[in-house]
Amino acid sequence: MGLSPVLWQFLVRWLHASALFPAEASGISPYVDALYFFLLLMTVFGTTLVAVLLLVFSIRYRREKNPVATQIEGSTLLEATWTIIPLAIFLVTFVWGALLYFRIYDPPTNAMNIYVVGKQWMWKAEHPGGQHEINALHVPVGQAVQLTMISQDVFHSFSIPDFRIKREVIPGRYSTVWFEATQVGTFHLFCTQYCGTQHSGMVGTVTVLTPDDYRKWLQQSTSGMSLAQNGERLFASMGCNSCHSGNAAARGPNLAGVYGAKLTLTDGSQMLVNDAYLRDAILNPSQHVTAGFAPIMPTYQGQISEDGLIDLVEYIKNMQSNYRVQQTQVTAESDEAAPTTPPQGTNETVKP
Amino acid sequence: MSAAIGNTIVSLPDQSTAQIPKRNYINNEHGLLSWLLTGDHKRIAILYLISITFFFFIGGAFAGLIRLELLTPQPDLVSSDTYNKFFTMHGIIMVFLFLVPSVPATLGNFLMPIMLGAKDLAFPKINLLSWYLYVVGGLLMLAALVLGGVDTGWTFTTPLSTHYLNTHVITTATAIFIAGFSSIFTGLNFIVTIHRMRCPGMTWFRMPLFVWSHYAASLLMVLGTPVLAISLVLIAMERLFGIGVFDPTKGGDPLLFQHLFWFYSHPAVYIMILPGMGVISEVISTFSRKRVFGYTAVAFSSVAIALFGFFVWEHHMFIMGVSNYSALVFSLLTMLVAVPSAIKIFNWVFTLQQGSITFETPMLYAFGFMGLFTIGGLTGVFLGSLGMDIHLTETYFIVAHFHFVMVGGMLMAFLAGIHFWWPKMTGRMYPESLSKLAAVTTFIGFNLTFLPQFILGYLGMPRRYHAYPPEFQVLNVLSTAGATVLGIGYMLPMLYLGWSLKYGAIAGDNPWQATGLEWQIQSPPLTENFIEIPIMDHEAYDYEWLEKKTKNEVTTVG
Repeated sequence: MGLSPVLWQFLVRWLHASALFPAEASGISPYVDALYFFLLLMTVFGTTLVAVLLLVFSIRYRREKNPVATQIEGSTLLEATWTIIPLAIFLVTFVWGALLYFRIYDPPTNAMNIYVVGKQWMWKAEHPGGQHEINALHVPVGQAVQLTMISQDVFHSFSIPDFRIKREVIPGRYSTVWFEATQVGTFHLFCTQYCGTQHSGMVGTVTVLTPDDYRKWLQQSTSGMSLAQNGERLFASMGCNSCHSGNAAARGPNLAGVYGAKLTLTDGSQMLVNDAYLRDAILNPSQHVTAGFAPIMPTYQGQISEDGLIDLVEYIKNMQSNYRVQQTQVTAESDEAAPTTPPQGTNETVKP
Repeated sequence: MSAAIGNTIVSLPDQSTAQIPKRNYINNEHGLLSWLLTGDHKRIAILYLISITFFFFIGGAFAGLIRLELLTPQPDLVSSDTYNKFFTMHGIIMVFLFLVPSVPATLGNFLMPIMLGAKDLAFPKINLLSWYLYVVGGLLMLAALVLGGVDTGWTFTTPLSTHYLNTHVITTATAIFIAGFSSIFTGLNFIVTIHRMRCPGMTWFRMPLFVWSHYAASLLMVLGTPVLAISLVLIAMERLFGIGVFDPTKGGDPLLFQHLFWFYSHPAVYIMILPGMGVISEVISTFSRKRVFGYTAVAFSSVAIALFGFFVWEHHMFIMGVSNYSALVFSLLTMLVAVPSAIKIFNWVFTLQQGSITFETPMLYAFGFMGLFTIGGLTGVFLGSLGMDIHLTETYFIVAHFHFVMVGGMLMAFLAGIHFWWPKMTGRMYPESLSKLAAVTTFIGFNLTFLPQFILGYLGMPRRYHAYPPEFQVLNVLSTAGATVLGIGYMLPMLYLGWSLKYGAIAGDNPWQATGLEWQIQSPPLTENFIEIPIMDHEAYDYEWLEKKTKNEVTTVG
């Protein structure tokens, strides 16, 4: 930050005590505040310069003092000065701001993921372990947390001022943001994009817990089913497993270990399989046909909620092998087969 | 005010003998129809002035109601839906029915032909048509308001505006669509007039800077407004027929609307501010008796702003999941567009150097403009800086920023211009001490209203919030108190300017001893502006020419 740490601490404490300044509760906050102070300095300097010049000229060259004006054409040197110096300052601001932007929006690879669904007018957080929260978010201190967010209806915006982060939550598209909380406590969570009647009611609390408390919280609030388990159930009940079975003769591509891989589509383009790709491929399969497969998958648009999609994505993300898919399929086939009593001696494969 | 000799340049004719000229554009014809069917740019300017003032006070009333609601953290004055309608109507009326036409349609209309030495604008009938379109747009807006209002926010964000609201969106969109054509016609008229109707000797670089800034703004109006019109048509089509351009479930892109909307609405900011900058150039020059420092730099910076202004729209969308690399480009361009504004500010400040400065009301407003616009412009750099924008966007910081530019900048410039040219438009002076009081009141009230909002924004208070956490109350109370003072500051001119129409001192041709062509003719001017076509044989702001001319002039009495 360029400032001495003692001075910095003093400044930050003083500002917090005066309630004119938000808490610095995330790893990124000091960096954002440093740029803010630079910009404030620039503004105060610029405004003071203009004000002082106005004042000095007004006093020195007022009509009583200087009854006849001296006509001046201009000055290339001065013009160049006040073109180049502001430009230089603005360019510094640009570079500094750009570096910060990438820092805020590029998540570290070890970040834990939490899903957030925004809808009129509430925030729904879904932890991978199956914990659901409304207008609340529990996170551990000192751990990078990535939020994968989507809106079920209109544009919302997820903002935690004390963490200095904000990202638009968009209908039909995942957006992500990450942070690392550095202070235990509770902080405001706001929707900052105008979203209709109860816009100002779409607020919540972010609770930052110590790792131990967080583990306790996770245990106490679990719904019994993780997102991936929910996803597995959906995968079977929507019939996904009949094609994506991983068998050599299957009509759909093998999904085990597909997350993070590079796929070649029928049109020859290369796609990285991430959350957004999986979601799009479920809703809009004809645009995402893997090379070597026929475009036969029906669209699931309108048949599955955003929560359901998150469950499926989370399931496919964590799918390491097709063993359970095939097991589920076999069980399902045997269930179907059960009512008709097969002739004696031929049902060796189906033993209950 | 002229008690101490030397601290004013105002020179009025002897009030005991002076009269308003017997023939002028106001009394040339009589009756309501002679106004409603006029082709005279000066009369149309007056029509515009009356109508935009009307809408300014409606928009202002909504601002007052918003601040009143925000006095307490609880949502206790009105319901949430009503509050949402308040800020939507405030935004739409102020932007489309006040700020966009404010200076160009009133002062620009009145002065542009005279400054160029022309008889009228190139297309007087289109000029009248543009006022009628404005009125139709305004009436439709009032209809939407009376029928129950609209709560989309002035930005009409999809899919909220297309799928989730049941208010009068289409009526309002139609109103803006129609008012948009009024703006396009005004811009078109100005461009043609500036190209084709300059008097002999009036080269491009002898034009007043007021004309240059209007030229730049007109280009933006003509090229930008159609895009707004199209995006509003798409909104209406989406609502009526569900065409799905912005609907993700039909393969549309909800973000596309914002690209289209800001492609107009960012340049619109410059449509609003550039004409104001033109006013400031004229005022500063006149009251420091000096030509504007670096005339060409100021002229070209207007054009540069207009050019760069088209390529920065995405800076409204940095947090919306646009590509990080496109955000880089738009941030860089945003930094570049800030430079011409800085150039202008410094040129105005250095115009004062070695000048002979007096402090009449228009000058006070211009000083207010320079201070507030500097803050407004520099806080814009905060928002253009990518990493900073993430925390500041969609909070009260951005509200404070654009009010510093639009109200602190544009409205101050508008009031400076109205006071400056009031003697020319009406033939009478406004009361000087009262108007100085109004200028100072406005400045204090403005700062009290909007400075606390910067702090609120950094604390994280989101904009468009009906209720807010109680720890933000102190700053909100300050802001509301400031808004009250500001309201008084705006009521005052309304009252004393009205009073001056009958009781103000007779102004004479050139009360400010200004150099512009408009000051060399009678006030109020003749319908045909000039008795004979003027020949421009000097540069703009040539005070030596004026001195020589005044010396050689034979003073005619009575």
